[in-house]
Amino acid sequence: MGTRRCKIMTAIRFENVTKQYANTTQPAVDNISCNVDEGSFVVLLGPSGCGKTTLLKMVNRLYEPTSGTIYLGQQDIRQIDATTLRRQIGYVIQQIGLFPHMTVAQNVGIVPELLNWQRDRIRQRVDELLALVDLPPDVYRDRYPSQMSGGQRQRVGVARALAGDPEVILMDEPFGAVDAITRTGLQDELIALQRKLKKTILFVTHDVEEALRLADKIIILKDGRLIQYDTPFNILSHPANQFVYDLVGADDIIRQLGLVRVDLAMKPLPADFVLNGRPTIARDDNLRRALSLLLNSNAPALTVTEGDQPVGILTLNNIQAYQ
Amino acid sequence: MEYILNRPDIILRLLGQHLFMTVSALLISIAIALPLSVVLLRSERVASAVLGVLGVLYTIPSIALLILLLPLFGLNQTSVIVALVIYTQIILVRNMVAGLRSVPSATLEAATGVGMSSWQRWYRVQLPLALPVILAGIRLATIVAISIATIGAKFGAGGLGTLLFDGIAQNRYDKIVAGALVVGLLALLLNRLLLLAEARFDPLKHVEPS
Repeated sequence: MGTRRCKIMTAIRFENVTKQYANTTQPAVDNISCNVDEGSFVVLLGPSGCGKTTLLKMVNRLYEPTSGTIYLGQQDIRQIDATTLRRQIGYVIQQIGLFPHMTVAQNVGIVPELLNWQRDRIRQRVDELLALVDLPPDVYRDRYPSQMSGGQRQRVGVARALAGDPEVILMDEPFGAVDAITRTGLQDELIALQRKLKKTILFVTHDVEEALRLADKIIILKDGRLIQYDTPFNILSHPANQFVYDLVGADDIIRQLGLVRVDLAMKPLPADFVLNGRPTIARDDNLRRALSLLLNSNAPALTVTEGDQPVGILTLNNIQAYQ
Repeated sequence: MEYILNRPDIILRLLGQHLFMTVSALLISIAIALPLSVVLLRSERVASAVLGVLGVLYTIPSIALLILLLPLFGLNQTSVIVALVIYTQIILVRNMVAGLRSVPSATLEAATGVGMSSWQRWYRVQLPLALPVILAGIRLATIVAISIATIGAKFGAGGLGTLLFDGIAQNRYDKIVAGALVVGLLALLLNRLLLLAEARFDPLKHVEPS
């Protein structure tokens, strides 16, 4: 594999990974092989007990596979000392994962501290990260987790995972314990953050909407087996079997559209493109909103934008073609 | 009261002996209980067995236990200190195990997940979070040790119990009052100090009631 020349590198590679717990007959993870591309956001989706968390925790060696190999980049992770490995992989779990006896700054700075960074550098890094997740350092640095809301704690969790500047971040149902409105806000921030930082993210959830919203690609698991590994759109339009069809609700077209990002259906700007006052929509918005905007404005096409730059166009046909 | 003022030399000497027995017994007891608790965390079954044995030892009357220890350690402070270690073990181990167990497993897994070694996880996360419960155990053990050390006077170990036993033998009411008063004050004072330490080291003292 090392000789293959391709632009996109593989960040994580699972090779025939199986995890068999002692007290069960069926393996929790059953012979899974797949690649996670560098810089991609991959969601592990499935009902509880499908093995998604087990698979995730094998990446930072909280669990060891019974058989098979996991590679981080080119390296077999068993050849890396477990604590060294974990310090170079970000790890986010539900809010209980913050250390309640440490301040926000101490929580966020823990990995740099374990890596023996200088105090000034840690402090600078902590402030930088708190600002990044929208928690003004002057206000929040010295607070304790118990003095913050669930959503704020979750952002501290994300900041902590980013502290050592890891290439790979593992997230285990990080938004499971926050209310629906906060969760949507956190998802938006995570999407924006990911666009900026281009980390490789492996994200576990049982929430279909969350998976479809966040993922570049989704790995659907059932009973420890990999059922389908594809983009949200392909999973919606071509579910591998009845299980996937039912899981993602592939029969509800409007709901589907609400889960597909505009830039997946848009066409590139035509050569003769001119800004002509057409309605615009952001590329990370969804097709349901685009459809509603098209029908409301009666315009033939929408201009898709990123920031205030046009990056593509979208017509009704494009949306239909995506079905 | 008068006796205390008239003979501060005697009071201080006996107080010193009493403190020496109590504090050295507690230090030894903590040094045994802490590693023991860490080991016991690994197995629920072994933990309840060991706690059961320590609990039975605690029920032996202190005079009986001291008499049993005399042939081994002689008529001196050593016997008393050994007895105190045995008595305080159950209190310390029970609280340490409870405190260490009370740390949520998700918090511990997060500690491992961010790359702490098992030693770092223990002293940076598990111990600080268990500390209030452990300190409460040390406080209880201190009070128990002070009271049982009083009996030490009967076994040639000195201490404030000397005043009580002498007072009874000589019909000196002032000695009895002085002894009881100083033992009581000592217990109250140490209790107070350790309560302050518990508050000081409570890792969640910042939590505001919401």
